Amino acid sequence: MTNSAIVFQNVWKKFRRGERHDSLRDLIPAAAKRLFAGKSTEQLSSKEFWVLRDISFQLERGESIGVIGPNGSGKSTILKLLSNILKPDKGITRVNGRSASLIELGAGFHPDLTGRENIYLNGTILGMKRAEINAKFDSIVDFSELHQFLDTPVKRYSSGMYARLGFAVAAHVEPEVLIVDEVLSVGDYHFQEKCFAKMNEFTKNGTTLVFVSHNLAAVSSLCQSALLLKWGEQVYQGDVRTAVAKYCAFYQEEVISEEIELLSASLTDADGQSREVFDPGERAIFTVTMRALQDVSNGHAALLIHTPDGQLIFDTPTSWHTDKTVTLKKGETVTATFRVDLNLQNGVFLLGLTVRDAFIDRNWYSNLKVKQVVMTGNRKSNGTMFLNPEAELVCEREQIVNMGTTG
Amino acid sequence: MKRVFDELFHHRDLLYMLTWKEIRIRYKQSLMGFLWALLMPLLIVGAGVLMKEAYAFASHARVDWADVIGVAVKAVLWAFFVSAVKFGASSLISNANLVTKIYFPREILPLASVFSSFFDFLVAAIFLSAVMALSRVGLSIQLLWVPVIVLILLMITAAVTIALSCANLFFRDVKYLVDVVFAYGILFTPVLYSAKVFGKWAPALLLNPVASVLESINDVVILRHAPSLWLGYAGGFAVVGLVISCVFFKKAEPWFAQEI
Repeated sequence: MTNSAIVFQNVWKKFRRGERHDSLRDLIPAAAKRLFAGKSTEQLSSKEFWVLRDISFQLERGESIGVIGPNGSGKSTILKLLSNILKPDKGITRVNGRSASLIELGAGFHPDLTGRENIYLNGTILGMKRAEINAKFDSIVDFSELHQFLDTPVKRYSSGMYARLGFAVAAHVEPEVLIVDEVLSVGDYHFQEKCFAKMNEFTKNGTTLVFVSHNLAAVSSLCQSALLLKWGEQVYQGDVRTAVAKYCAFYQEEVISEEIELLSASLTDADGQSREVFDPGERAIFTVTMRALQDVSNGHAALLIHTPDGQLIFDTPTSWHTDKTVTLKKGETVTATFRVDLNLQNGVFLLGLTVRDAFIDRNWYSNLKVKQVVMTGNRKSNGTMFLNPEAELVCEREQIVNMGTTG
Repeated sequence: MKRVFDELFHHRDLLYMLTWKEIRIRYKQSLMGFLWALLMPLLIVGAGVLMKEAYAFASHARVDWADVIGVAVKAVLWAFFVSAVKFGASSLISNANLVTKIYFPREILPLASVFSSFFDFLVAAIFLSAVMALSRVGLSIQLLWVPVIVLILLMITAAVTIALSCANLFFRDVKYLVDVVFAYGILFTPVLYSAKVFGKWAPALLLNPVASVLESINDVVILRHAPSLWLGYAGGFAVVGLVISCVFFKKAEPWFAQEI
């Protein structure tokens, strides 16, 4: 047990709601009160609440865990406990080995200092020695791709440039334990991919990773296991795909319709295994069973796919496949099955269902988020579409080009 | 206590960088640059000369150059103490984003303020030494005491700053308290005058360890004799104060991120 990279055992942590006495004037009566009451730290006073209740996990060297859950579920608190910024009220937290925590990129950057100066400042804050930064300086600058802005004060940087410099420094700490909060949401697409590749490289080289993110695709591709939290309690711990599926289930929408009721919906792979996480290009089967609450005629059902920001990217009504519409009497049920190649990548997509009159523009039932699918990334392309690419390069003269280990 | 030193030693590069940052920022985009380091001591000397002139006028005496130098020597030390404590007291608050985001031994933040003010002190001290050399204020073997006295003041300053930065994190009115105390502190400390003018009441004044330090520097630089036992008192205060404030600080440290 002592050799585990991270031990997080039965941890409880409480926070206080509302204001505390912030001036000496208020303190003296309050302190006197507390002295006489003699309260132990394990009890909650009326203003306190638990942000973490009895959370445990343990990671061996080279293992990785993703921490997911809705806002306010205690994810960041776990990271702060691990990085020693907070102390638990009960339980044990221990990190063995050099750790680096990326709770915020570029924390400690000073806006008036130049990029070059901030590399040194931020590097030492993250625990590097100056000699070490000297040695890695060029590599940090290369990674950030900010060569021509090195002598510009960072207050003139865009937020993306700021993040790039921050990650570039952090990536060179060479930690044994890496603790990462939702920090990669800024920065352009290319750079985010680069960061993920770097984190992948870390875990392959035996770095232990704790990763907090709302980016379920990133969690599924980076982490071996996951911890799902809700209101400070553990809902599930184990396999990433199961955790993601359970997380998605928090978000099933309630839709009220007078005509059609959705009885069941399932999303499986080609073998009939129920899944939420798919690799680009995999075939998925989406099956829905509906019941008519009233008599309806000439209807069809459609599978809709939206990006999380609400853009419709795919719509396929059953009548375009079967060349017929359905007419149902009240109480009758119907099942629609959609089989699609999920040529998507890098993110969460919403599978929605509408049931509508095939001839006039009228929806009987509409739910844009019946299921959610999490698409992993792949090493050959970027973007949200997966077009199964192949590429080659033919040169007049034989050349050997070494790309190094990026990607 | 040993743990504190080990941790500090381990993070010495961070202490260096944060000190350097404070200095860099102070002199970057500033009109006066290094003159800043001289401004406050010069103002204090001006006030001192004015006071001595008034005193001399009343008692029909004359203000000589040695008096001015005497005030200047003490003014440089006092200015260091004041600016270090003022900057340092709010050092944890003004670096709140670091305190809540990244772990490192927090005492580095107040210490960086102390050392960056110490850098200003060195600038002023070098300037003052040059003036003294030009005006032929004589050398003496007693000048060897100067580093000891400065070290004692540095330790007292560190102790006070560490304790106040921590107190200010929990109670924001500490900073205003510091401002008020310093606004009048110069009148209770023998900067512009000498403690001896109070005769048998002088020891009451010297209970303030900074007063003892200032009297000692006056003894060795201007009067050219060995410092009194009060320097020993100040030294003892420095060591005990530093230990107490570090222990206090370390005890409170786990609550910083939460209470800031």
